[in-house]
Amino acid sequence: MTITETEEHRPAEGDAAGPTPIKITVRRSRTDVAYRRIAWTAAASTFVILVLIGVFLYIRARPAFEYMGYWGFLKTQVWNVSGVHPSFGVGSALLGTLILAMISLVVAVPVSIACALFINEYAPRKILGFFPAKGLLTSMVDLMAAIPSVIYGLWGFFVLQNSMKGLSRWLSDYFGFIPGFKVNTPVYTSSLLIAGTLVGIMIMPIITALCREVFSLTPLGEREGAVALGASRARVIRDVVFPFSKGGMIGAIMLGLGRALGEAIAVSIIISLTFGPPNHLLQPGGNSIPALIADRFGSGGKLGAAGLLAAGLVLFFITLIVNLVAANIVRRQEKKRA
Amino acid sequence: MSVLDEAPTSQSPLEPDQAEDTSPQRKPIKVRDFKPSDVLLLAVTAIAAYSIVWIIFDQLTLFSGEFGFVVTWIVVFLGMYWFINLQIYGRHMAVDRLLGGIVTIGAMCMILPLVLLIVYIFSKGLPLLSLNRFTQTQAGVGPLSPISAGGFLHAIVGTLEQVALAAIMGIPIAILTAIFLNEIGGRISSSVRIVVTAMSGTPAILAGVFIYSIWVLTVHDYSGFAASLALAILLLPTVTRGTEEVLRIVHNDLREASAALGAPDWRTVWSVVLPTARSGLVTSILLGVAVSIGETAPLIMTVFGAQVMNTNPFHNPQAALPLVVYQEIKLPQKSAVALGYTASLVLFILVFTIFVLARILGSTWLQNTLRGRGKGKGARLDGDVEEELFSVALAPAMSFGSGEADVDLGYHYRPDQEDPT
Repeated sequence: MTITETEEHRPAEGDAAGPTPIKITVRRSRTDVAYRRIAWTAAASTFVILVLIGVFLYIRARPAFEYMGYWGFLKTQVWNVSGVHPSFGVGSALLGTLILAMISLVVAVPVSIACALFINEYAPRKILGFFPAKGLLTSMVDLMAAIPSVIYGLWGFFVLQNSMKGLSRWLSDYFGFIPGFKVNTPVYTSSLLIAGTLVGIMIMPIITALCREVFSLTPLGEREGAVALGASRARVIRDVVFPFSKGGMIGAIMLGLGRALGEAIAVSIIISLTFGPPNHLLQPGGNSIPALIADRFGSGGKLGAAGLLAAGLVLFFITLIVNLVAANIVRRQEKKRA
Repeated sequence: MSVLDEAPTSQSPLEPDQAEDTSPQRKPIKVRDFKPSDVLLLAVTAIAAYSIVWIIFDQLTLFSGEFGFVVTWIVVFLGMYWFINLQIYGRHMAVDRLLGGIVTIGAMCMILPLVLLIVYIFSKGLPLLSLNRFTQTQAGVGPLSPISAGGFLHAIVGTLEQVALAAIMGIPIAILTAIFLNEIGGRISSSVRIVVTAMSGTPAILAGVFIYSIWVLTVHDYSGFAASLALAILLLPTVTRGTEEVLRIVHNDLREASAALGAPDWRTVWSVVLPTARSGLVTSILLGVAVSIGETAPLIMTVFGAQVMNTNPFHNPQAALPLVVYQEIKLPQKSAVALGYTASLVLFILVFTIFVLARILGSTWLQNTLRGRGKGKGARLDGDVEEELFSVALAPAMSFGSGEADVDLGYHYRPDQEDPT
């Protein structure tokens, strides 16, 4: 089976003037053909699911779009789905989602990259000869990725929220001149900052694992060359690891961003939904599309449900674009290595 | 590489300054050495930085807050550590140690939330955990019930049914997709890989919204089956990536031997590749299950939640463990919050157990596979390499990785080990 594949692909890569490759044909048995078709269908089903998500969300969300208009739905900052004159849109939720994602990236990216560097470059394999620092840390990072978001939300609501009050107060006292940092009433809980930090903690393991993988793909020869020239670990990181893995790091961060954009449960536990322009980061209230869907689901009748599905469609397109770009970057990085 | 451009300057350790060169018995700097005296230096610097920050914080000014204290301490410590190493060892060593300090603190910041979270979940959930949580449902539990009233048997039943159904539907497709990607390949394989990676990042709530729009709105019935459809979508990319990594480790010799004996492709996969990869497959499946068992967002719009037992996953709302946590924790009643805490503890233990099981299975499998394959090549395989290979091979599956982490056996770069020469 391998022979056919390589021979078929070679002419595209090879020299045009060179000898023409022999074309080998393979006759496959009927069961083999069936096996290949089944596997192909399974692989193609991932496409189908992705397309179906978009199509069905659009079909079910059409009443909302027809009522509000496409642009109106994106722009409107209120969510009144019941009553005589319903008016709703994802204006504030969209902005809130982006702000949340930005905060979470600010929290997650430095920690993740540092942790990935620690695991890959600095961590001793065994501390004192028996403590497997590197393996344990890797396992813990992976475990963090597996912990359910509802447990993160629970912890964030009862623990992180209290320990971040001081930081919020300090930020509002000394940086109140920055728009969004001013606090009118001295309540510092349930804010976008806290929710963003929590989401940041949640995406840290994903970015770390991906960055670690990218760092470990650094070509050995160039590393050894740098070490042979007398470079320290810091120098190797700066001059070999980082230049090589720049693309992969961006891909990893973008995959983290995709996750941050779509986090519903933890955010909806922390923030109390408010509508209108999201102009404060440290005060209670804020909005995000996934939290809106999780929070408002089951209320507002048919139009409300259509509105939530429309919000889901908006979220779907945003995360799809981010994730596709990220996946492409990561893949290109891998090809570069080969 | 810029190292090549910059290295031969007068500051390089290869060509030291003339002034330093006067002493003939000058020893080379070994950046990776960390002697007991360095440990002492580290400790002394940390204590000194702590003292300085304590004076600034508590004595001179009226700053307050533990958070600010720790941050200032870290910054002062890093600065002092850099300066002291600069004085003792020189520029290269100082920068290296400074970066070492920064990344170590980064790793600590990473682990700190995990530790705090585990401590919190256990300290809150364990005292409230009692046997009746596993034998009762929430039926008849009202606002005035005592704190220990009620249980989540109905939620455990619901979660197990939903995840089992999701696994039955999702895993065959995932494994077939991985087989396609790794064993067959073809024009669409690279785009399938990209789509699978992108799908692994699709928000969990969108899977729920999708199933709501395609299934629940069509049949007008919330059910455990709808939830399992959503969970299957979420499970699919995780298991696909994990399986693909596992299949890649299966050595090509085995496939070629099978083909040489005249086996058709499907027979090679069925009788050679999959049995070789068995435990690895189980690992990637378990990791997928561990992730999907804790998903909450898609459950809201598919099973809807219930207070009483419903053992039929195909009809009427069901309860689920994550959903119990989500719905009970914000309620004002003490009994509801207690139920939420215990449910979250049970959920955590469930996920943790599956995770550890997967890891143990996976690493044992990897050891066996690699030992069998490494013999002829004289590859050196100690536990460390296996650990690393394991993390290279299976970590991406967990963390929606980019995959493609090719495992190279013959020669492994180990940055933390001195060259023996």
